Amino acid sequence: MSEYVKESERSVGTRVRQALKSFGLPRLIIALFLLLMFVLTPFAGSNLVAQITNVINRFSWNAVLVLAMVPMVHSGCGLNFGLPVGIIAGLLGATCAIEWGFTGPVTFWMAILIATPFALLFGAAYGWLLNKIKGGEMMIATYVGFSVVSFFCMMWLVLPFKKGDIAWGFEGTGLRTTFPLDKYYEGVLSNFLRIQIGRLVIPTGALLFFALLALLIWAFLHTKTGTAMTAVGSNPNFARASGINVDRIRLLSVVMSTWLAAVGILVYEQGFGFVQLYNAPFNMALPAVSAILIGGASANKASITNVIIGTILFQGIVTMTPTVMNGLINLDISEVLRMVVSNGMILYALTRKTEVSR
Amino acid sequence: MPAFVNDLRGWLTRSPSRFLSGSPEREGAGKEKETNMSNLGPLLELKNIRKDFFGNQVLQDINLTLNEGEVLGLVGENGAGKSTLMKILFGMNEIHDTGGYGGDVLLNGSKVNFSSPFDALAAGIGMVHQEFSLIPGFTATENILLNREPMRKSFLSEIFGSRLNTLDRKDMKRRADDAIEKMGVHIEGEMTINEMPVGHKQFTEIARELSKEQLKLLILDEPTAVLAEQEAEALLDSIRGMSARGIAVIFITHRLQEILDVCDKVVVMRDGVLVKDVPASETSVSEITGWMVGRSVGSSATLHREPPETRTILSMRRLWVDMPGELVRDVNLDVREGEILGIGGLAGQGKLGIPNGVMGLYPAGGSVEFDGKSIPLNQPRACLDAQLAFVSEDRRGVGLLLGESMEWNIAFPAMQIRGSFLKSWLGGAIKWRDDKAIEEVTRKYIEDLQIRCTGGRQNVKELSGGNQQKVCLAKAFALEPKFLFVSEPTRGIDVGAKALVLQELTKFNRESGVTIVMISSELEELRQICDRIAIVSGGRIAGILPATSPSEEFGALMVSSVV
Repeated sequence: MSEYVKESERSVGTRVRQALKSFGLPRLIIALFLLLMFVLTPFAGSNLVAQITNVINRFSWNAVLVLAMVPMVHSGCGLNFGLPVGIIAGLLGATCAIEWGFTGPVTFWMAILIATPFALLFGAAYGWLLNKIKGGEMMIATYVGFSVVSFFCMMWLVLPFKKGDIAWGFEGTGLRTTFPLDKYYEGVLSNFLRIQIGRLVIPTGALLFFALLALLIWAFLHTKTGTAMTAVGSNPNFARASGINVDRIRLLSVVMSTWLAAVGILVYEQGFGFVQLYNAPFNMALPAVSAILIGGASANKASITNVIIGTILFQGIVTMTPTVMNGLINLDISEVLRMVVSNGMILYALTRKTEVSR
Repeated sequence: MPAFVNDLRGWLTRSPSRFLSGSPEREGAGKEKETNMSNLGPLLELKNIRKDFFGNQVLQDINLTLNEGEVLGLVGENGAGKSTLMKILFGMNEIHDTGGYGGDVLLNGSKVNFSSPFDALAAGIGMVHQEFSLIPGFTATENILLNREPMRKSFLSEIFGSRLNTLDRKDMKRRADDAIEKMGVHIEGEMTINEMPVGHKQFTEIARELSKEQLKLLILDEPTAVLAEQEAEALLDSIRGMSARGIAVIFITHRLQEILDVCDKVVVMRDGVLVKDVPASETSVSEITGWMVGRSVGSSATLHREPPETRTILSMRRLWVDMPGELVRDVNLDVREGEILGIGGLAGQGKLGIPNGVMGLYPAGGSVEFDGKSIPLNQPRACLDAQLAFVSEDRRGVGLLLGESMEWNIAFPAMQIRGSFLKSWLGGAIKWRDDKAIEEVTRKYIEDLQIRCTGGRQNVKELSGGNQQKVCLAKAFALEPKFLFVSEPTRGIDVGAKALVLQELTKFNRESGVTIVMISSELEELRQICDRIAIVSGGRIAGILPATSPSEEFGALMVSSVV
């Protein structure tokens, strides 16, 4: 005979397990781990305030790159493993602005301006491609990212950049792998309205800039088109039956993600103080992807809160572990830990994706 | 002649029910007595089989016997419970996952309870499903003997165990050819599945079942649906052959003539109840259709009115729709303003293709005119802009944003199409979602449609099927359409919700003057609220009748040109 499990008969244990599941065990572990790091800081002989400053700064560098994940997740294109596409657009903006003779803080704004058409163009091509391979977006995006970076490894050498500050000294052509930004836009955002209390430094400008972009994205998601974007990600068939042009919305989301990545890398550089070319963009996508996942996003749901929490947790771990761990056990496991956390997080999120019932 | 042999067998082994055909409605208790009286016990006996899916009764007290070599034709409308009954018999997982079943299944007189299809196979029950389960790149022989291949020992397998045995190709060929011969229809054993015409794939499946030596009972679920006429003829011959060999067959089909041609007895199911169990020789197609669709008289008088004689608001000409499994070939149909038109017909005949094609969800051709203007096909947006709306039969796939709140689901199409629930800023440059208006309209529909939920913010995924369907209706109502397609609005929902959905549709039609076209597999439901009912058969409109016509007439139209 039929026996049904009633809602009310579920044991307390199941409920606890469900609550844990919805919060995400890895996220909980990482949050506790970070807390432990903060607690251990004084014992490791490093300064807690300096560490907090460090975390806030890293947050201000990386947050926009993490924010760049949001539009594509909303439209169902998955996590933007093709972040390098936008980063390359941003790098083109930076190098062109410098090449064309701009100096000082204005270079930053010119770089954004110049990067924009590149980002729109690259984003449109990338989005067109992703519309052709619905269902396999994340894998294809990864390869698009790889290809673009490799292609530009050649381009940085071939493109006719001449300016001494950024080109190779001996030849006079081809760009250097790394060049400093002290004459250009280092700290252009971070130093704006900077607050310094003892050793605690708050890069107000950079935080405000991120807040502005985050506000824009939040606002966009509350408009008619933004609502359509979420619906496309949630159920493309529903959206189509409601008269939405699914491909166009997806394309828009990819262009937005790409542009945000372009701006994101410029924000990163102004904080970091250097421009890194060639293989450097390879290393930007995975941390951003893991950060938003740690923040509680899944492959098809993400919010601004996920971005903020995720970036703080991820960058917190990355900055705290080396100092604290080194101080305690004299062993640098930070790089290993970073790899475990970022790749493990991605793996976890991707396995969870299949659980989303349609 | 196999059929003759079979008849003889029937005389010897069949239960006396054959002689008791004078009592039209069969009763469980009586049947049991009869079977006990027969000398040779029946091969299969079902006793008081009951099944409910979470309180929704789909099978009630099914009693059935089947003797060795007997061919049983099982018919019924969609949702009558045929598939569920077969799934119980075959021990499918979804039966156990939903709480098991009540009653007993007896095989050769002893009670069995299969926990998986493997057990059923071991006990000698074979099943050919509607969907093929064959490996495309393998030959027919390989498919027929898959995982049961004769093995040959080799030097390597002596050392590393039986997993390294090699296949005995010669013996495989012999056994596959045996099975093909047993089937009586010739198919090429060496041909790979992907090169075969669809009919041969079907035959490969049957041969696979026949190659199992212990096979005693074969279930064929609509095997002729994909076959051409000649192939179907060959299959019927093959069924006769199996029966002569003593294999009992349960044959499910919508083509009633086939049942009469090949079966010993016909079992008709309706709404989860076994309504008729008669020898095939004593009935006719029209009688069977009457049993299939007929229901107790007078259940549906309340909502009827004179069909309105108004102008034509929507006309379809030479419409074809390429919807897999629901092909529409050539539909010409006029819908009158303000009426409720029903579209009925058997599964797979194309009734679902009509709204899906007009609304642009599947590739379509022909012409559709609405309110004097031509509607471009294959463009969902164009239909919606013309104030047509559609409640899809695929509730979870197309009808809902499962992962979002009720508010979003109800307001989304209206927001995108009609610009409702939006606040315009900066001269319309920014169209801001008006969450307050959305909340209000959701609350209104929750009350109007009695949607049971914790509030408008609740995730649609968490609602029951009936309440999800109400959300789909609310979504369409919020669009304020002039014309509404409703496809299978009561599929898979409980009786209470069903009544409410039908009542709301009628109210929407009467109070807002909206023309409604309702597509449903349940004729009785169409007869309850529709003014006229069009029956689709073979991708064409077989006829349009007033809803008050007797059910036999509808039944005749349903099977008139089945493909």
